[in-house]
Amino acid sequence: MTTVISPRREQPAEEASRRTVRRPRRRQTRRAWLGIAYASPTAVMVALFFLVPLVLVGWMSLHKWPLLAPPTFNAPDNFADIGDNELVRSATWFTVKYTVVITVLLFAVSLGLALLVQHRRPGVGFFRTAFFLPMAVGFASASLLFLGLLSDEIGPISDLLRAVGLVDGYVSWTSGSANSALGSAVVLVLWRFAGFNMLILLTGLQAIPPEIYEAARVDGASRWQTFRRITLPLLRPTIALVLTLMVTGSLLAFDQFWILTRGGPDNSTTSLVMVIYREAFIRLDLGSAAGISVVLLGVLIVFNVIQLGVLRRRSS
Amino acid sequence: MARYRARRVVAGMAAALLITAVAACGNDDDAAGGGGTQAPAVDDGATLTLWTRAATESVSKAYAEKYNATHKNQVQVTAYPNEEYPAKLASAAGAKSLPDLFASDVVFAPQYASQGLWVDVTDRFGALDVKDKVAPAHVKAGTWEGKVYAVPHTIDMSVMLYNKDLYAKAGLDPEKPPTTLKEFAEHARTIDKLGGDINGTYFGGNCGGCVEFTFWPSVWAAGGGVLDAEGNNAKIDSKEMADVFAIYRSLYDEGVAAPASKDEAGPTWLGALQNGKVGIAPGPSVWLGLIEEKGVKMGVAPIPGPDGGESTFVGGDAIGIGATSTKAAQAWDFLAWTMSDEAQIEVVAKNKGVPTRTDLASNKYSSTDPRVVLINSLMAKGQTPYARNFNASFNDPQSPWLQTVRGALFGDAASALSGGNTAITKSLQQS
Repeated sequence: MTTVISPRREQPAEEASRRTVRRPRRRQTRRAWLGIAYASPTAVMVALFFLVPLVLVGWMSLHKWPLLAPPTFNAPDNFADIGDNELVRSATWFTVKYTVVITVLLFAVSLGLALLVQHRRPGVGFFRTAFFLPMAVGFASASLLFLGLLSDEIGPISDLLRAVGLVDGYVSWTSGSANSALGSAVVLVLWRFAGFNMLILLTGLQAIPPEIYEAARVDGASRWQTFRRITLPLLRPTIALVLTLMVTGSLLAFDQFWILTRGGPDNSTTSLVMVIYREAFIRLDLGSAAGISVVLLGVLIVFNVIQLGVLRRRSS
Repeated sequence: MARYRARRVVAGMAAALLITAVAACGNDDDAAGGGGTQAPAVDDGATLTLWTRAATESVSKAYAEKYNATHKNQVQVTAYPNEEYPAKLASAAGAKSLPDLFASDVVFAPQYASQGLWVDVTDRFGALDVKDKVAPAHVKAGTWEGKVYAVPHTIDMSVMLYNKDLYAKAGLDPEKPPTTLKEFAEHARTIDKLGGDINGTYFGGNCGGCVEFTFWPSVWAAGGGVLDAEGNNAKIDSKEMADVFAIYRSLYDEGVAAPASKDEAGPTWLGALQNGKVGIAPGPSVWLGLIEEKGVKMGVAPIPGPDGGESTFVGGDAIGIGATSTKAAQAWDFLAWTMSDEAQIEVVAKNKGVPTRTDLASNKYSSTDPRVVLINSLMAKGQTPYARNFNASFNDPQSPWLQTVRGALFGDAASALSGGNTAITKSLQQS
């Protein structure tokens, strides 16, 4: 998609600028004002809800910032303290582990679903809708839903598994052990997001010209060869986009662990954003929370630059 | 030209924004300053907002209802879920839009006082006739660097709650609750032998707040301590603490404590006691009525130490005037009234609550139920721990205390307490 759009996008702009040179000044001014008027709502939103908070977070990270008292400059203490914070270390390790696990699984499931419902067949619309439907549930609500379903006291899952004979006695999915807590969060995220990522991958799949597949068939390519040599390479920009979304979303994981496992048992599912939350709202140290946020932002930028680099290289 | 104009417009807008922001800050400062003048109580028909956590909601609403009926000022109570409440307060403070009055778990009071989230009420409190009779542990919790910021709102103490029917069924005397923690363990074992889905005991093994509320009284009863007076050093690696944990650990290992005790993070704790299948368990005194509502006949006893003695955790909520409120005088009128005889007897005692005044421990309502007399009498023997970083060190799910608890109950008990003591002390001293 990007291959087609990006080279052409500059042309009208160039033409426009050439034309404006010839135009009288008043009209030029009017055009400029019109442009500002069109862009200003978005610009104001971006400035107000993105740039101002971003600058403020950067500024806060250089200060000891109590809730009401005036802040005092203390750089680079907030950053130096991150190294001493044992919880940050364990949360970083867990967040990376979670990101790898969820990215691999979510990608595999999403691509699998996308391939399943790729072609128009009777009933395929039903499955596409069914796979996408969990996306209509808010993430916090979905987390609460899973908390209820998985609860041994009020949920049906444990009773069901006991009836089939798969488990015995009391089970706690969300806080029984580190693995079951992570597992329950992973199942929740797969259920909630697989359909959405399937949709993005589906658009990528449908953008591949059928002639290429036909040519491959004529050449006698097997299904696996078609998938490896045609589908995957042509799907690369979409895959890069989906992976960027997955990695970014996972590094910023909060709701699922906050609601489902509360970071437990024994801090085994405490994500980095939960540590930021703890610094800000439990320890009431906004400067320290801002410091960790800035570092996390830096990591995300690096990830995204790499990801976009790959995306551009494939496109050109 | 157009570009310059655009720039001027942008610069103008930025300047306007800045001025607005500065003006807004100025207003807030005025508001906070207005609270600091310590004007006397005023009842002039102001509408006061009061925030509290769900656990305290019923008491706050009962206070407000009675106050509103007899005063021109009107108090509007808003309650938030317990776990989300500290975050709600922090974001309101950050936005400089705290309510006129807000209550908090009494153990978090030193932190809010130190952050200046409440208006200083030292002079106002000092002018009260009853100031020496107001629960001293709570007043101390609301004091920071010699100044009083909060007064008691509700009192909740930890007690042993036992199921009288199960006691009788297991052949124990329902009128003879245990007097030592070891005896408590024996009673729990006896009841557990009834089998089926009956369990000897229950505790919140994945909840720092629940464990400190129910286990620490046993440590205090045995003469041990938990924190130093300033709340800067932990003292949990003591023999007393180890003994208490060992008793509960053995109950869990033997299956006498319900298996769900390991994962109990707080929300289903009350439900577990309400279903009438737990023999004896330490818990909040305010649950007595809530459990009996479900038709379970309950007895109450003080929480003993391993070899005797008794103590309690004097918990509950403290309340103060929001630092950004412009109605401090009116808010104080409400607070002063909540500490009056009328409020304490006709609102708190009438609803079987514990009065926040020591001189009202026995009153016309308490004498009708000997269990209430027992609960009220425990206040003098109990403690309220004091530390600025209490939430981050003990109550938060990511606190070093919860890790210590998990180690002591389900993991490596030997190293948990000494390692935990170092980690908690570090957290307590964090600025």
